Amino acid sequence: MGNKIFSRIESIAGSVITVRATGVRYNELAVIQTRFGKSLAEVNKIDGDLVSLQVFAGCQGVSTGDEIRFLGHGMQLSFSEDLLGRIFNGSGLPLDKGPALTENLQPVIRPSVNPTKRILANRMMRTNIPMIDMFNTLVVSQKLPIFSISGEPYNQLLARIAMQAEADVIVLGGMGLKYDDFLYFRDTLANGGALAKTVMFIHTASDPIVECMKIPDMALATAEQFALQDKDVLVLLTDMTNFADAMKEIAITQEQVPSNRGYPGDLYSQLAGRYEKAVDFEDSGSVTILAVTTMPGDDVTHPVPDNTGYITEGQYYLKGGRIEPFGSLSRLKQNVNSLTRKDHRSLMDAMIRLYSAYKDTVEKKNMGFSMNKWDEKLLKYGDLFERKLMDLSVNLSLEDALDLGWKILADCFDRDETGIKSELMDEFWPAE
Amino acid sequence: MTENTGKVTGINGNLVSVEFSGNISMNEICYVDVEGASLKSEVIRIRGNTAQIQVYEMTGGIRCGDPVRFTGDMLSAELGPGLLGQIYDGLQNPLPVLAEQAGWFLERGVYADSLDPEKKWTFTPLVKAGDRLRAGDCVGTVPEGSFVHKIFVPFDLLGRYTVRSVAEKGDYTVREPVAVLADEKGAELSVTMSFKWPVKRPVKCYAERLAPVETMGTKIRLIDSFFPVAKGGTYCIPGPFGAGKTVLQHTTSKYADVDIVIIAACGERAGEVVETLTEFPKLTDPKTGRSLMERTIIICNTSSMPVASREASVYTSVTLAEYYRQMGLHVLLLADSTSRWAQALREMSGRLEEIPGEEAFPAYLESCIAGFYERAGYVRLADGSVGSVTIGGTVSPAGGNFEEPVTQATLKVVGAFHGLSRERSDARKYPAIDPLISWSKYRGVIRQDKADFCKKIIVHGDEIGSMMKVVGEEGTSLSDYIIYLKAELLDAVYLQQNTFDLTEANCTTPRQRYVLDKLILLLGSDFALADKEEARGFFNRIRQKFIDWNYTAFESEAFGKAEGEIDGLYAAGAGRLSREAGNLLKGGEADGK
Repeated sequence: MGNKIFSRIESIAGSVITVRATGVRYNELAVIQTRFGKSLAEVNKIDGDLVSLQVFAGCQGVSTGDEIRFLGHGMQLSFSEDLLGRIFNGSGLPLDKGPALTENLQPVIRPSVNPTKRILANRMMRTNIPMIDMFNTLVVSQKLPIFSISGEPYNQLLARIAMQAEADVIVLGGMGLKYDDFLYFRDTLANGGALAKTVMFIHTASDPIVECMKIPDMALATAEQFALQDKDVLVLLTDMTNFADAMKEIAITQEQVPSNRGYPGDLYSQLAGRYEKAVDFEDSGSVTILAVTTMPGDDVTHPVPDNTGYITEGQYYLKGGRIEPFGSLSRLKQNVNSLTRKDHRSLMDAMIRLYSAYKDTVEKKNMGFSMNKWDEKLLKYGDLFERKLMDLSVNLSLEDALDLGWKILADCFDRDETGIKSELMDEFWPAE
Repeated sequence: MTENTGKVTGINGNLVSVEFSGNISMNEICYVDVEGASLKSEVIRIRGNTAQIQVYEMTGGIRCGDPVRFTGDMLSAELGPGLLGQIYDGLQNPLPVLAEQAGWFLERGVYADSLDPEKKWTFTPLVKAGDRLRAGDCVGTVPEGSFVHKIFVPFDLLGRYTVRSVAEKGDYTVREPVAVLADEKGAELSVTMSFKWPVKRPVKCYAERLAPVETMGTKIRLIDSFFPVAKGGTYCIPGPFGAGKTVLQHTTSKYADVDIVIIAACGERAGEVVETLTEFPKLTDPKTGRSLMERTIIICNTSSMPVASREASVYTSVTLAEYYRQMGLHVLLLADSTSRWAQALREMSGRLEEIPGEEAFPAYLESCIAGFYERAGYVRLADGSVGSVTIGGTVSPAGGNFEEPVTQATLKVVGAFHGLSRERSDARKYPAIDPLISWSKYRGVIRQDKADFCKKIIVHGDEIGSMMKVVGEEGTSLSDYIIYLKAELLDAVYLQQNTFDLTEANCTTPRQRYVLDKLILLLGSDFALADKEEARGFFNRIRQKFIDWNYTAFESEAFGKAEGEIDGLYAAGAGRLSREAGNLLKGGEADGK
């Protein structure tokens, strides 16, 4: 039944073909045999006997007479420990020199996790980057995007987190990756000794667009399987804007009504379906997601970062090579930062508030206004804060960063200028 | 009655076309049989012999020719004892039961009874044979937690009924009959403790709908004092992501002065539901001293769950709210987020190839939103008691821009608007409700003239602040600068509130009144301050003392001590109360009733 062959292609547009066929299931996979070789294709619309498929390798060179063989199942993934250290493309075929994997095939598309089977995210994931650990703590099972613009060192940041974060397995999903970025990831992880616990799904900028759409699914299905084996998995995705653009391309080709700047109306649901794979299973492992999302034109209201922001549990802004304290937010930090040290939360809030006042002062200064004593204090503070805590090369444990924070405050301000409650200051304000 | 069938002829996402025979109705529930599972669906368009149905599950694997069974019923909620404390999906399946049946994942086609069919409830009859009843009348009660749960004549029965018999006091399940009624023609029907109600129809079994005038306390100073919500009223919280909508809703669900809270997690994060699930059983309801979970129902259709049941979930939630309102209870429904619901409408509209309206939302978006919020209300019931449904919905405007269709359609129909701003949340000023743009048509816990006095200072302070950005501090007069500092003080110690601190979060009405009077004293006084430097130092010290004061328990020893320190500062600054503020502080809280 599943292996019927059809060869009546009615239309070819973009990466989508329409074929007359019967007995075909929605979301079923097919193999199309073209003169350039085989490609997978997936059914994404059925109207009577007219079946639309998106062709993974694209439609260049597809002929109306090409044969299509339906496989009787949807996207699958071979899951075993053998995945570790391997590199695949969006169709699940090896990109390294290793063998194709075929045993223990699991469906890639799974229903969502029952919310009552999740547990509260309450374990901190240390990275030793103060702007993360101290100000916006990353928590196991959290999903966080890194909002950035082209040219920022987001892949370097991602690689550094991969090396330093405490995870059992790392799954890297690259979408529209420049080839040298792919090599950078591979070599960095290999040199740091992390390659053996890493699985990579890579779509480079020159690969067909449909495969780009499949990368997050493959990466997250893999992560989910490892998590069910009691592993803490960190999924790194870069760049989700390319994923959204691939969806837009397919949607427009299929003449869907666009909602906002050409993106399909279900952009939110599609992104959420991926990000919600982040989970901490009751009695088992976890999936944590960090996903780079580049903002076209540095515009956070662009539909992709905007919808992402509503889905994820906060965001990191990477700007000028630093994680910006404004706008950057880890929503789950309050689950853990009451357990770290009792001054953590108050100190963090006070320092950000003062940094915000510093920014106002800088603006004032740039407009040529004279600086009063308070302004001078803020200027000194802002400079210390940026140099000693914000710089991405700072490598400090949380506790050291907190101590340094108090020291910076004491260097710049009097006690009652900080707005921290007196009880904490009695304990932590550095003695002269 | 009619078991109609059909066959699948097309699939596009979760929209399936079905060729049917016989008669089917709009919004009828049907099941698609695929790969051993039956997938619940709803008819959303009928054209000739083809119906288009939205499937409440993933549609992978469906093929043309698969059979479809129509049930003749509309999408309904089951109403009866045992709803409180439950965690349902958008179709009212209890998620813990699904977890027992299917494990980690929400496998498709697995459904469960909304109410436990085995559990026995102690029924006490309130009617006797011969009594005349109509829909919505009470035939008896069962205890449910700390509430007296009324057993009703089903809301969908038309006309008058005579009681033929009623069960004796005893233990029954929700499926066992507790009364037999006869209609005007003598046909008998038996009433159980549960019945079904189509979720998209409002329940209207009440005597009269009244104006919402009673304030619903939330213990959030900014809301209760300045932008209050009334029981039976509606309000919305639009804000860009990260501005704290969900934290605000979460705090409200804990502290709101109502009997029952229904949380509709609609298209949002699963993690937030888990947070509520973990936290609520451990918290106690100050009113009853019992677990907070006993007064809460969670309807959870998170963002990765199928989109069609997201649409259903808001209707299921409001139906449960109306049901408890019928018992003379005050119910708060928190919908987070109504934008996701609107997006679900948009997705279906797109697949139906309807002509799109603004930002591709369907043309009927406004009437859908209005219809939903209009299900709130303060009502007098047939027995003279009153009940209310208050609806608070968050809105997630694309790009944080309030001009978009969902925010605008919502603003037209709500009674209070709590607009969150990115500037406030970036500066960690929580709750990030922007006092300059928010409004409320309801009455708060603070006398109106006092609230107006404070709002005036905020507006004035903001004007001076923006002016100062242009002309600089040296170009600002000392008196203006002091107003600016006063506005900052009001913001820092009263508008901002640390809802993670138990004492701070639990700011009762008497405390709000007491503290605000002290603040009006400070704001309404002139001080002997020589220059800006001195003024800033003075207000910094006051702010510090005030923050410490906020963290002390109301009327405790520490509270008195901290207050004394503020008074000391006031005296040291040689404060002289202005006549305007002096008048405000006279005459208690009576506010023309």
